[in-house]
Amino acid sequence: MRKRSIILVSMLATATLLLSACGGSSDSNSSAGSDTTTKGSFAAYDETKAGGILKFVAAGAGGTLDPKVNYTAQYWQLYQASYDGLLAFKYADDEGSFEVVPDLAEALPEITNDGKTLTFTLRKGIKFSDGTDVTVADVKASFERIFTVSSPTAGGFYNGIVGADACLKKPAGCKLDAGVVVDPATNSVVINLIAPDETIISKLAVPHAVINPAGSPTTDAGTTIIPTTGPYMYKSYDPNKSLIMVRNPYFKEWSHDAQPQGYPDEIHYTFGLTATAQVTAVENDQANWGYDPIPSDRLNEIGTKYADQVHVNPLTAMWYLPMNVNLAPFNNLKARQAVNYALDRAAMVKIFGGDKLAAPVCSFLPPGFPGHEDYCQYTVGGTPEAPATAWTAPDLAKAKALVEESGTKGQAVGIVVSDDEVNKQMGEYIQSVLNQIGYKATLKPISGNIQFTYIQNTKNKVQISLSQWYQDYPAASDFLYILLSCGSFTPGSDSSINMAGYCNKALDVKMQKAMDLGLTDPAAANKLWASIDKEVMADAPVAVAFTPKQLDFISKSTKNYHFSKQYKMFVSQIQLK
Amino acid sequence: MLSRDKRSWISLGILFTVLFLSLIAPLYASSIAHTDPFVSTLNATININGETKQVLEASTEGLGLGVTPIGPTWNPSAYFLGADNQGRDVAARLLYGGQNTLFIGSCAALLTISLSLLIGLIAGYRRGIVDSILSRMLDVIWAFPVYLLSISLSVVLLTSGLSLGFIHIGAGSIALPIFIIGIVYIPYVARPIRGQVLALREREFVRAAVGSGAKHSTIIFREILPNVMPSVLVFIPIMVALAMLTESALSFLSIGVQPPSASWGTIINDGLALLYTRPIVALAPGLMIVLTAASLNLYGDAVRDALDPKTRGRGDS
Repeated sequence: MRKRSIILVSMLATATLLLSACGGSSDSNSSAGSDTTTKGSFAAYDETKAGGILKFVAAGAGGTLDPKVNYTAQYWQLYQASYDGLLAFKYADDEGSFEVVPDLAEALPEITNDGKTLTFTLRKGIKFSDGTDVTVADVKASFERIFTVSSPTAGGFYNGIVGADACLKKPAGCKLDAGVVVDPATNSVVINLIAPDETIISKLAVPHAVINPAGSPTTDAGTTIIPTTGPYMYKSYDPNKSLIMVRNPYFKEWSHDAQPQGYPDEIHYTFGLTATAQVTAVENDQANWGYDPIPSDRLNEIGTKYADQVHVNPLTAMWYLPMNVNLAPFNNLKARQAVNYALDRAAMVKIFGGDKLAAPVCSFLPPGFPGHEDYCQYTVGGTPEAPATAWTAPDLAKAKALVEESGTKGQAVGIVVSDDEVNKQMGEYIQSVLNQIGYKATLKPISGNIQFTYIQNTKNKVQISLSQWYQDYPAASDFLYILLSCGSFTPGSDSSINMAGYCNKALDVKMQKAMDLGLTDPAAANKLWASIDKEVMADAPVAVAFTPKQLDFISKSTKNYHFSKQYKMFVSQIQLK
Repeated sequence: MLSRDKRSWISLGILFTVLFLSLIAPLYASSIAHTDPFVSTLNATININGETKQVLEASTEGLGLGVTPIGPTWNPSAYFLGADNQGRDVAARLLYGGQNTLFIGSCAALLTISLSLLIGLIAGYRRGIVDSILSRMLDVIWAFPVYLLSISLSVVLLTSGLSLGFIHIGAGSIALPIFIIGIVYIPYVARPIRGQVLALREREFVRAAVGSGAKHSTIIFREILPNVMPSVLVFIPIMVALAMLTESALSFLSIGVQPPSASWGTIINDGLALLYTRPIVALAPGLMIVLTAASLNLYGDAVRDALDPKTRGRGDS
């Protein structure tokens, strides 16, 4: 999942600032700098703390409201409080949310047929926010809708469902009669896969697999509101103004782990405030939280005057530079390696806000992620053949030499970045580096609303860009397979998440082998993923810069803050009383 | 007389100082500040009073969040006005920025005045259908607010550049803002000139020249142009100031001078992100713009008064 804009994050001074966890499942109102460490389910719903209007602010909207199309962290955070799938990631702090729990399904699926058949039973008595019952027909239609609306993950996540191939080729009128078999009499849903998939459980828990009414639009719904099942429904959406969420009158808590009752009566998301105005609004308690990165010159202020309203959490995410391997100069391996050697990752960390907020990395899989190994091929003293253990400093001399050897010196390079403050500063730094190693670099900042799709489409001939990737689910395939497999590269499409256009069939086979191995021997699979990581980075289709942490700055009236790596701050659990 | 007007001397003094400082930018950067203001140096260090400091310093207060560029050292040899958030020397960029801002402002103003003079002379002298066509063309440009038109043209041409017959301007070239600013102000100068030419066309000395069989070019260049020139001279400083302000506005919006090049507008844009911690990054170029624009306007007023017989009479008495 790509975060539409940066979330600034920091690691805080732990000893002085850590609050003691309030007994396992209780409120983990963390204070300044406390890494949220409590695990397990949240405390039972306390009606006396319900009520109020939760006010969020952002510079811009997150695009389409359609949960099967939107791929931004901004709205995925809201979907967790409004939509449900058969399965869901658990409402739990930190890594506790990596656990998948039954949501609209009564239980986790019964897996048979060597892992190729998953059988669910749909809960009874659940209604959409328009009052209609959730039926198995809606479940089948929802899976078909993934393909009819050309969801960004249709090819990457759900192509293993029987019949998906045909739907990918011809989305209109997609039918998954053999892939998703439902029985209204028993309320059962059977999902048939072409082959076992170790990550299918996680993939069924992300927003693109939520259940919508069977009559939902067959194209991207855009600003049209689709009925929800969770505690909140959407009342109005104007991308130029605001998004209003209100309580879903038909919601009754069926699983506290999957979809607990929410506390605020309404959630108002107002768009159009600059990042600095968002900080001021939160400081003055006019807003509870701002979505956009906190400007660098406000960080010290909030870190000193408002320390107890700052929450910092590590993330499994990366900032990286996809390089188009099909366009000059980056169709040359040495040119790509040169960029990797030249990048001063510590400098980029500084732009992001300092080493309390991010850490330099070279590997594709972020630290703490399955398959991650500490190594760096592109640092002083490191090579693809003999990597160092960690990034220490850029090697500009080597980078310049590689550019010379590649014969690409003097070529024009366009860098496409989002036009927000931090991305633009990063872009300016990258431009400076590319100029230093011998290119004629120009910076092309474009609106954050379109940059993510723009850099995916080969028609736009993007040579190098700056992007971010935040985990969809905790498995190595979510990074390596989703971002760099041949299947994720669709020339001419806005939904071609393999922005580098990298396609290495031998590595694809290895990745498939790692995914298969994950079913039986996760440790061996992770080892294989680590070796794939190194092989990919030796080819250097991207330059990984750093792994960020998340900083949430909340107003003084905002209570019951909970955070997980999966969905960031839990919106519905915020209390205003 | 212009030479007796104190305003003209003060304004010229300021203008020449600004111009001089801008022209010595390369010398200042290489020989005094020892820095390349176009290269990001985020991990650079400097020595202040024997103490080595990071140019971008990590916060040590509170939660230790954020990184702040070093502030003014007031030492010309090391970050006199501090650093921006790329670790670049603000003073050096300010001087280089002055080069671009003044160059673009002057060239755009000259383009505006040259084309306006041409259009005004032809339209006013020829009258009739020629005047109608040219005037309607000016009306089309006039119909758009200056800044709206400048921004629209810049946004469109910024990525693709401009190709108009034999004119080719690359994307990101500083010729682009010169061209855009030069065009959008034409009606504001051409219309008064045309009006003046229309009036001159009816004056006895022009009619006498026509009656004596003088060529059109002779009438225009010998009889009319010299009488229009005082107005043109008054326009020059005013248009340079306006063009400079427009360039700064476009650059501030990231659609004028492109990074890593600098103009006063781009430096204000850089400083916007540092308003709370290092306001001088935005204030310094702002001050330069105010000084230069005010001086140009002051000089323009002095020129106008010097060339206006009525005012001159009052001034001499």
